[in-house]
Amino acid sequence: MKYIIAIIQPDRLDEVMAALEEEEVNLITVSDVMGRGRQKGVAEVYRSHVEKGGLLHKIKVEVAVSNNNVWQAVDAIARGARTGHIGDGKVFVLEMEECLRIRTGETGVSALA
Amino acid sequence: MAEIDTGDTAWMIVSTALVMLMTPGLAFFYGGLVRRKNVLSIMMQCFVLLGVMSIQWVFFGYSLAFGPDHGGFIGDFSWAALIGVGAEPNADYAATIPHTLFMVFQMMFAVLTPALIIGAFAERMKFSAFVLFSVLWATIVYDPVAHWVWGVGGWLRDLGALDFAGGTVVHINAGMAALAAALVLGKRKGYPDTSPPHNLPFAILGAALLWFGWFGFNAGSALGANGLSVSAFVATQLGAAAAAVAWAAVEWIKGRRPTALGTISGAVAGLVAVTPAAGFVTPLGALGIGALAGLVCYLAVVVVKGRLGYDDSLDAFGVHGIGGMLGALLTGFWATTVINPAGADGVFHGNGKLLLWQFVALVVCAAYSFILSYGLLKLVDKVVGLRVSEENEGIGLDLTQHSESAYTLVG
Repeated sequence: MKYIIAIIQPDRLDEVMAALEEEEVNLITVSDVMGRGRQKGVAEVYRSHVEKGGLLHKIKVEVAVSNNNVWQAVDAIARGARTGHIGDGKVFVLEMEECLRIRTGETGVSALA
Repeated sequence: MAEIDTGDTAWMIVSTALVMLMTPGLAFFYGGLVRRKNVLSIMMQCFVLLGVMSIQWVFFGYSLAFGPDHGGFIGDFSWAALIGVGAEPNADYAATIPHTLFMVFQMMFAVLTPALIIGAFAERMKFSAFVLFSVLWATIVYDPVAHWVWGVGGWLRDLGALDFAGGTVVHINAGMAALAAALVLGKRKGYPDTSPPHNLPFAILGAALLWFGWFGFNAGSALGANGLSVSAFVATQLGAAAAAVAWAAVEWIKGRRPTALGTISGAVAGLVAVTPAAGFVTPLGALGIGALAGLVCYLAVVVVKGRLGYDDSLDAFGVHGIGGMLGALLTGFWATTVINPAGADGVFHGNGKLLLWQFVALVVCAAYSFILSYGLLKLVDKVVGLRVSEENEGIGLDLTQHSESAYTLVG
């Protein structure tokens, strides 16, 4: 099993969700986050206070998939998030040891579905 | 018995309520500009002044400011607890409205003025020290200066300096106290690398409420519903408008973006500067005062403050002090007896003397407020300590001074 964390542009969330839907990835968690990459952020000015290279608003998408579905899921996220511009984001793939469905007590791949 | 005019009375009741709204408006203006861990402390400080200052005013503040004169310097205690202040008009102040209405109208100014100072010591002053300082400041600084400028027998009133709605009493006074506070308390931990404003829409809401309330502040200072109050109303609108546009335009011309914070800061600076002039200048005069206020306060806040290095956190001195002084001086240029026969002509209308009086009033009030405020802050520091501990400053005043948080993460 793999745990996938993607950091994407806020306005690409709908496309990423739709692409994951196509690949039948259902276990999705989304959060509002702040972040920046190589380009740093955009400077912000508040009267005399200049905030250089501040953090930018991003969306974090987290999905858990079985080993068979990893590349479909990663590809779906990339397909949905790509604009070709700086700041499109990153996808990280992590090894995942275990998964428990709280309601039934099922574990492993069957708990993912 | 003097005749009560129902139109005047109705307008002054409304004006009083409008000025009351400025203090909560200021709470939002300042509250939006601080970090999220301190927003309640700002709003609490503003709100507490609505309570404490109203009580101070009724028991002795009003009497000290407007009661029978002693040497041109201060009133006495003969109107303490409002003895002799009733429905019958006081012809010396406002001949057509109940004396109690004049008293409560002035009360709202006495509430607002110490609240303006909060901007200078935001995010680091102990609540106990804040309450103690505010009461002492109102009694020893505000009440006498209000007497000098507005009280019957007050020496500046007799000198002939013009201050229509409180540019000197309210804004120069509070602005100089703010400068003293920024110097005595010192910088916030981490300044100038402190975080940006946590909620600009709050600040914009606050500025909007201030602008709205300012119609009561300035047009109400005509103390009646008449041509003069409408003239002041128009001047208020135009002063704010010109300054908002000027500040945003300077930002834009300097190669940066015009900002929302800059635009509302400009509006407030314009309102401050037009305050002493509102009942003495033409609409075009108000536009001129506003435009200069936007420009000068921008320079004070964005360019000069950074170089001098003191932490006037929310620019109480930069906007109210500088804007107030500018307004006092510009009144000496643009005032005209065409608008208000009870006023005087300024430099642009062939009389240079008024400018001298304006300058004297400005310098004396600014010096008095700065020196006394500085002393009072040092005194309060000795008695209860001005600043919260470094640890509590890091945690934030909401939690450490009031055991509350403005925003919950979940729930």
